[in-house]
Amino acid sequence: MPQTVPLRVDGASHTLQVDDPDTPLLYALRDELGLNNPRFGCGLGQCGACTVLLDGRPVRSCVVPLSAVHGEVTTLAGLGTPEHPHPLQTAFADEQATLCGYCLNGWIMTAAALVREQPHATEAQIRDGLADVKCRCGAHLSIIRAIARVTAA
Amino acid sequence: MNATVLSRRALLAASRGLLIGFSTEHPWIGTAQAAGSPDLPPPPPDELDSFIAVQKDGAVIAFFGKVDPGQGVDVPIGQIVAEELDVPYDHVQVVMGDTFRTVNQGGASGSTGIERGGISLRYAAAEARRVLIDRASIRLGMPAGELGTAHGAVFVLADPSRRIFYGDLTANGAFDTKLQWNGKIGNELVSRGQAQPKSPSEYKIVGRSIPRSDIRANAFAQQHYVTDIRLPDMLHARVLRPPVAGAVPLSVDDSGLATIPEARLVRLEGPGGGTVVAVVAPREWNAIRAMGAVKISWSQPAPTFPPQAQLYDHIRTAPVVTRQEPVKRGDVTSAFGTAARIISAEYEWPFQSHASMAGGCAVVDVRPGSATVYSGTQKPHFQRDGLARLLDLPSEDVRVIWTRGPGCYGRNDAGDVAMEAALLSRATGRPVRLQYMRDQGIAWDPKGPASIHRCRGGLNAQGEVTAYSFESKGFSRLNVNSAESDPRDTLPGQLLGMGQRPTQAFGYPGETYAFPAMLLAWETIPPLQQNASPLRTTHLRDPVGPQINFASESFIDELAAAAGKDPIEFRLRHVQNPRGVGVIRAAAEKYGWQSRPAATARGTGDVLTGRGVAYAERAHTFVAAVVEVEIDRRTGMVHPKRWVVAHDCGLIVNPAGLQRTIEGNILHASSRALLEEVAFDPHKVTSVDWVTYPILEIAQAPEHIDVVAINRPDQPPAGAGEASSRPVAAAIANAIFDATGVRLRRAPFTPARVRGALA
Repeated sequence: MPQTVPLRVDGASHTLQVDDPDTPLLYALRDELGLNNPRFGCGLGQCGACTVLLDGRPVRSCVVPLSAVHGEVTTLAGLGTPEHPHPLQTAFADEQATLCGYCLNGWIMTAAALVREQPHATEAQIRDGLADVKCRCGAHLSIIRAIARVTAA
Repeated sequence: MNATVLSRRALLAASRGLLIGFSTEHPWIGTAQAAGSPDLPPPPPDELDSFIAVQKDGAVIAFFGKVDPGQGVDVPIGQIVAEELDVPYDHVQVVMGDTFRTVNQGGASGSTGIERGGISLRYAAAEARRVLIDRASIRLGMPAGELGTAHGAVFVLADPSRRIFYGDLTANGAFDTKLQWNGKIGNELVSRGQAQPKSPSEYKIVGRSIPRSDIRANAFAQQHYVTDIRLPDMLHARVLRPPVAGAVPLSVDDSGLATIPEARLVRLEGPGGGTVVAVVAPREWNAIRAMGAVKISWSQPAPTFPPQAQLYDHIRTAPVVTRQEPVKRGDVTSAFGTAARIISAEYEWPFQSHASMAGGCAVVDVRPGSATVYSGTQKPHFQRDGLARLLDLPSEDVRVIWTRGPGCYGRNDAGDVAMEAALLSRATGRPVRLQYMRDQGIAWDPKGPASIHRCRGGLNAQGEVTAYSFESKGFSRLNVNSAESDPRDTLPGQLLGMGQRPTQAFGYPGETYAFPAMLLAWETIPPLQQNASPLRTTHLRDPVGPQINFASESFIDELAAAAGKDPIEFRLRHVQNPRGVGVIRAAAEKYGWQSRPAATARGTGDVLTGRGVAYAERAHTFVAAVVEVEIDRRTGMVHPKRWVVAHDCGLIVNPAGLQRTIEGNILHASSRALLEEVAFDPHKVTSVDWVTYPILEIAQAPEHIDVVAINRPDQPPAGAGEASSRPVAAAIANAIFDATGVRLRRAPFTPARVRGALA
């Protein structure tokens, strides 16, 4: 039985029709709203590729049921635009951080909360704060350099 | 030739160019793509239009029959084309791996993107420039020799204000010019025209660190992946894999699907009696829920795997299917007979998984008489041939559109998922998007082979190597072929009972040590399970290179230690190739290497530090890696802190791209050396996620990698996508020995294993 679920995403209000109120947020964002940047990596909350901000805090959207989402969701598309970029978006582009890029969403969204809470995070704090985000291509050093561009600024 | 009179072929080729624009938007996202488009044939390799198009506005499109696994190879290819054509780099767009727009240049294969794939693009761009000058010569009434090119225009050398833009010299973007094609397809394909490419001394664009544009697009949520393709009327699909290897479904109860809107079961029945059970639903989450709602009664086959603890004993005692001795020099037997000392050692390497960032995904639309396939495969043209066989369609009616997927470093599950999605699309009559779940992407992807390596070396009284033998024994690296051109090389093909076609292949050390008597040999053994095995083996990044080099370069260190020599001086005494000598010296100098034998400066605290070196030659690329490693005796944690990598791959096309490619190699290979080992029990693979198949975490990333990139403009550009993966495991093992005096001969160097070795 389809149910109606309200959802605030990237500053806009939506009313979603879903078959299951426990649909993970990931599928609502991707398949109902066409917001592709939260990506399916594991479906287990282990890799971070699906990360979005919920009221500013990073959550793994693959394991967050829609029924538990009551705040404002921010995706990578809502973090900034080429005209009004988030500094991390500029830094990742300038540093050419990531290789295949499938994991990029997870790093930027997790780092967005980190640099807000620790604007001058050291490299050790960056590594600490980003534990459990996965990159399979081994682009970690470029990712650290990109985030350090922001925290060193 | 009158440029306005075009053959039908040229018109079709021109329309290939017009199919795409310069926007970062992918035109097919969310729109219907006419399946097949049979009036647009695969481009012939002997036409310039198959490689280069120049549009009216001067935009250049380069059609590249390879793909980018994740290092941004389209940038150096675009640089090569811009260089030869004398157009600004940002006027060039590179179209990769669409079988309707590119010739079969072999896809991603053996780090040959630039080395092989760049050759025809370079020739084609040079030829395009020649044709444009010829046309301008007629138009301007000037001899071609009095014309030059710059910024996308032909101009009169004596009066640069007289010029014609390229876009005004090509009608509808087409050249209608023949190339000389060597008749080969794949990596070996070469097509060239009359024009001579530039000399490297003239290069202005090749050699520059031009950035990738897709990373910026990705950072702003504008980069699309194969997982993002949505076609009208598309169904999401999931497949159900056997709970144990070799099990087949006996009965299927789909009554649980009744409560899941529009979900339904699809049974694929194969010619040999095999079955694949799948579920489909318009909504992705419903398809995932449906997986759990289907109840299957599976057969209970006898276990086919040894206990994991007995893997290497199994390899040791297994019958040999094929033995090859690719290198035999001198009289090895008598050289060992006269050696002053003989050293021997055996090394072990586990099964490893591609474990790509996500399970494979493909979107396939099969229609009567044609199929359109969006795939992250590394070899779209060969996959097209495999799909054509699977669907019983002519190859030219199957269009595979390579679309970026999660990083693909070899024959990962992208080759399986497209086949399975195609069968599901045909069965349902609708476009199907199939994505493998996390457990399927690790437990069921094709694996890199496990192996053992037996090394023997004879030293003379001066501590020089006079006799050497290196023999590998392991599973074939081509138990399933890496090309996907036959359904039998894929998991769904095997599950459906289409059979197998394994071939026997392994490898041997590529380093050119000048030992007077030497034998390099390999032996393959039968797979643990013949059909549809979750441990079927194939190409994983630098196929069998890391395991062979782990053994051979660890053993060189063992010989050096036995001879009481410094490991770098010992290598330099025996390495033949001057470019090899060059990288070893460069790495030592950058590192600040002080001469001493290994393990002669050991510390005594809980955290020990050591240094290690390893050397690798791969095809035409030379690498020396030096690493400083910290080992915590209490935890067994091994932390490679600092790397120096000296790298010689000939002419460097894009230095920054090369740097990041090498960094990626070092970290990916560190993950394999330190952590990665597919776990299994007698019934099944038990590595199913990132907890049971751990990979490198950011905390374990090194502090720094110094890349010494040796540029050799006098040498053609060679591959960099894999070569620096090769020496990583041995360099770390050698550093562990230097720090502790303990030699690790089994990979990976997990904390438990290191703790055990140090105990």
